[in-house]
Amino acid sequence: MLAGVRETKRDKLFLFCNTLYVLIAFLIVFYPVVYMVSASISNPKLVASGEMWLWPRDITFDGYKRVFANSNIWVGYTNTLIYTIVGTAINLLVTLPAAYALSRKDFVGRHFFTGMFMVTMFFGGGLVPTYLLVKQLGMIDTMWAIVIPSAASIWNIIVSRTFFQSSIPRELQEAALIDGASNIKLFVRIILPLSMPIIAVMALFYGVGNWNSYFSALIYLNDAAKYPLQLVLRQILVLQEMGAQGGGAIDASTAAAMNTKAEIAALVRYAVIIVATLPIILIYPFLQRYFVQGVMIGSIKG
Amino acid sequence: MPNTNAAATSVALSIPAKKRKRTWKKIARNWELYLFIAPAFFYFLIFSYGPMYGIQIAFKSYIPTKGIFGSPWVGFDHFVRFFHSYYFWDLIWNTLSISLYELAVGFPIPIILALAFNEVKNGFFKKLAQTVTYAPHFISVVVMAGMIISFLSPSTGILIRMIEWLGFTAPDLLTDPRWFKTMYVLSGVWQSAGWGTIIYLAALSGVDPGLHEAAIIDGASRFQRVRHINIPTLLPTMTILLILNMGSLFGVGFEKILLLQNPLNMSSSDVISTYVYRSGLVDAQYSFSTAIGLFNSVINAILLVVVNQIVRRTSENSLW
Repeated sequence: MLAGVRETKRDKLFLFCNTLYVLIAFLIVFYPVVYMVSASISNPKLVASGEMWLWPRDITFDGYKRVFANSNIWVGYTNTLIYTIVGTAINLLVTLPAAYALSRKDFVGRHFFTGMFMVTMFFGGGLVPTYLLVKQLGMIDTMWAIVIPSAASIWNIIVSRTFFQSSIPRELQEAALIDGASNIKLFVRIILPLSMPIIAVMALFYGVGNWNSYFSALIYLNDAAKYPLQLVLRQILVLQEMGAQGGGAIDASTAAAMNTKAEIAALVRYAVIIVATLPIILIYPFLQRYFVQGVMIGSIKG
Repeated sequence: MPNTNAAATSVALSIPAKKRKRTWKKIARNWELYLFIAPAFFYFLIFSYGPMYGIQIAFKSYIPTKGIFGSPWVGFDHFVRFFHSYYFWDLIWNTLSISLYELAVGFPIPIILALAFNEVKNGFFKKLAQTVTYAPHFISVVVMAGMIISFLSPSTGILIRMIEWLGFTAPDLLTDPRWFKTMYVLSGVWQSAGWGTIIYLAALSGVDPGLHEAAIIDGASRFQRVRHINIPTLLPTMTILLILNMGSLFGVGFEKILLLQNPLNMSSSDVISTYVYRSGLVDAQYSFSTAIGLFNSVINAILLVVVNQIVRRTSENSLW
């Protein structure tokens, strides 16, 4: 903290252990990522035997070729893009105006609405009643079952409300209203342009959530042509349906053939993981400060 | 006497009346704000309160053709059946033990990591370590499950190879019930420990530098300053997060469990929420599943209130 203070021996030892600890944590997180990238372009035999354990060896793009040849993945990608864009737009349209209204001290009923929203944080109807409701609304097997039942999160409404309350001067709003601006005009012309940080944070939080979610698609969609990427990934990565391609009978196939199949399946899995995660991992470092900002605003109590 | 009394009543009447008038004026002036809140209001009304209406099927024998309202009542039959089933205690034990295991391992690690990040002096290394450890937070559950399955695959997994290099024979971690909880908890720590530091780092950035300066002048070592200044600073945040975690002891995140579950590890991986999913949506026992879900959410709500109450009695940090 203080410049010019000499570190004692004890402090130096402490700093050394501390750096070592952070370094180990860093490596534990980083290694699997490097390994997966390498494994996705290495000879699957060397991957399976453990001979490839850090840098790619005997480079092959076979895994990616198989992934790109799989039409399900592209259908899933397209669906996910549509669901994420539509879903996030709905999320923002519901969250931001509501959060702004709740941030206004002269909004009669704000305590009622806040209370009504907060209750849902602690108590809900549960899986089956929600499913029956969505079914009754005729949303099963449509995009709406994915984007509407998760249209807003109370947590994000509170985070946005906190932002509106703490970052936009009240005098500015009062002055605009006295000048005869309507609330809609005030919100669209003055509040929103001043709220770009929170809009970015909310778009990112909701966007990542929509991109990564699989469960609502699992329970509400039956038609494989409407599956989002995550459900296609589930088939490939978890149910391992791709590994079983090309005839499944075990009878005549030798142990070696079985192994080769398992190895190729593993190669494809690594390639799929990279293809599915790359977009988010690539954009993330540029947007990191917005995400961090979002968590920080959220941590202010109230 | 009667005169002053009358005056007093008229004053008493006029104050609320005036107030009411002003309230109406405010409502009229801000009518657009009700348009702003309308989408969220109807969303929560329909998709959060709507299903609460459906909870009544937990006490009914739900017949789809008769609908939620028309189905016959059966009282607590579904609950009794659940409490008497042979898997009841298994489900409770798995749910609780996974949560507690996760809490015991996953709660302290972000705190220690945040304290450590805070002491790193090299700015570049600090930033790099933070960026990299935050990143797994953005990996989807499905990809996470895929990674676990790939790394632990007996025929091709690198972690299995590494265990063999160390001279052990690795059990099949994916199907061995004894290893399911460890696999679940440790992969969770890998994914979220870094992200979990953000909230603590925010609290640490608020420490008054004067405290550290004074401590340095008094001859405190770095470790002593962490111990006596930084850790106490984190206590309020820790308490709040602990309450929230305790409140969800019975609400273990089931999306990942569902993906890692297989018939072989079921005896230690089946938790209340995955059972609700299976019995409700896979086997279509709507009423029975709703009853179990209701039992689960009531316990959750009670836990949260009780833990918050205990914490409020013993310290000044609480949720409400």
